[in-house]
Amino acid sequence: MNRVDPFEATIRRFVGETASSTPADARVLDAGGTCLATAFLLNDESREAIAAGHCNVALITLAGRPRSEAAAGVAAAAKPNVPEVPFEAPYAPVTLNAYALAAMRHMHEFGTTAEQLAWIKVAASHHAQYNPHALLKDVVTVEEVVNSPMISDPLHRLDCCVITDGGGAIVVVAPEIAAKLKRPKVKLIGAGEFVKTQMGGKVDLTYSGARFSGATAFAEAGVKPSDIKFAAIYDSFTITVLMQLEDLGFCEKGKGGAFVADGNLIAGTGKLPFNTDGGGLCSNHPGNRGGLTKVLEAVRQLRGEAHPKVQVKNCDLAVAHGTGGSLGLRHGSATVILERE
Amino acid sequence: MAESKDRKLPAPAVSTETQAYWDAAAQGKLMLRKCTACGQVHHYPRAICPFCFSDKTEWIEASGKGTIYSYSVMRRAPVPYAMAYVTLAEGPRMVTNIVDCDLDKLKVEQPVKVVFKPSDGGPPLPMFTPA
Repeated sequence: MNRVDPFEATIRRFVGETASSTPADARVLDAGGTCLATAFLLNDESREAIAAGHCNVALITLAGRPRSEAAAGVAAAAKPNVPEVPFEAPYAPVTLNAYALAAMRHMHEFGTTAEQLAWIKVAASHHAQYNPHALLKDVVTVEEVVNSPMISDPLHRLDCCVITDGGGAIVVVAPEIAAKLKRPKVKLIGAGEFVKTQMGGKVDLTYSGARFSGATAFAEAGVKPSDIKFAAIYDSFTITVLMQLEDLGFCEKGKGGAFVADGNLIAGTGKLPFNTDGGGLCSNHPGNRGGLTKVLEAVRQLRGEAHPKVQVKNCDLAVAHGTGGSLGLRHGSATVILERE
Repeated sequence: MAESKDRKLPAPAVSTETQAYWDAAAQGKLMLRKCTACGQVHHYPRAICPFCFSDKTEWIEASGKGTIYSYSVMRRAPVPYAMAYVTLAEGPRMVTNIVDCDLDKLKVEQPVKVVFKPSDGGPPLPMFTPA
């Protein structure tokens, strides 16, 4: 069994060193605490292995207990032994302020408002009311979001995702196996990845790696953002969704605030229904490949198996996108385009 | 009004590659690394230029002047503090804290200057305060 650190794996792939799997070589690719690598796994590991005839069935899993572990006082993992840590850790960056830095800069450059960000939570809450498993099932208003306590400026409590235990899995199979299945089939038609860092001090917080992972995925799929019927977008915070939608090309850079406002992300009324399970903002956010949940809801939509109140009509094309790490310090981005066969 | 307060700061891990940076910090100097091959300045300091991969890098002393690129006041902490990126006059943006100020009055693009705050058993840390 090989166990490969996700960033190491990404870097190794960049320099062309990732060894192909062999029939005798079961591989474990640990794709990180947050989100990155569902697409990474789907694309570069399972799909290529299947395409190469190295395997017929790939299982991609998610399981994490961050809520229980926090309640039990389980210590957080030690800081990774990487060179930038001495130049960051003493200043106390945490997930919250590492995303808030991106939000603050976005507001400064583009005039994005707290109310616009709040609409993302509002849309998620409209969807979560139909999900019996959602942690937060109550519909919230823009006013409730912007009046919730400030946690790390400019992010309020309700700009943040929940933290939950959770699990999930995806099975990817070879075409000859898929042909025998009785369920509606979903095909991966495009994928992309990117790793964004501080670039030696040339930091630019106005965009995420989605700019590049998305472009790669859409190009491979041969479709445009305007073709997409449903978007599953990683939503650690409201700003995460807004920036990724811009970077994936759903609107111009800097116009994300106007794009998400006025319920535009709400299924049934908005132009781009997103995260119809309630997403991380309202339903669940486990660790250890938590972004896999984005692919799960995209598959439900493409199979027509989402809750009837949020099922997108004729949903035949979806995007799922994840970010692992933080918008403010460094992250990996992964995008997949999924099509109903 | 939320006046910033001093808090206990963990000591940074020092390596052979970064020893000179922390030694200079103890003298009240903020150092940057400049590549003599491509002429670009980077941060955090590395022996190999992250832009052109040359090993022709050298230390330069920063002016200590900069502007706030972005910041966030972390209010869910025992002692609230301002996380920030500062754009240095020399170009690179660095992760830091804004200190000795009213946290509620910080602004993006505000001019700041370097100050050094003692760490717990290690070299002092470069931070910034309104200029």
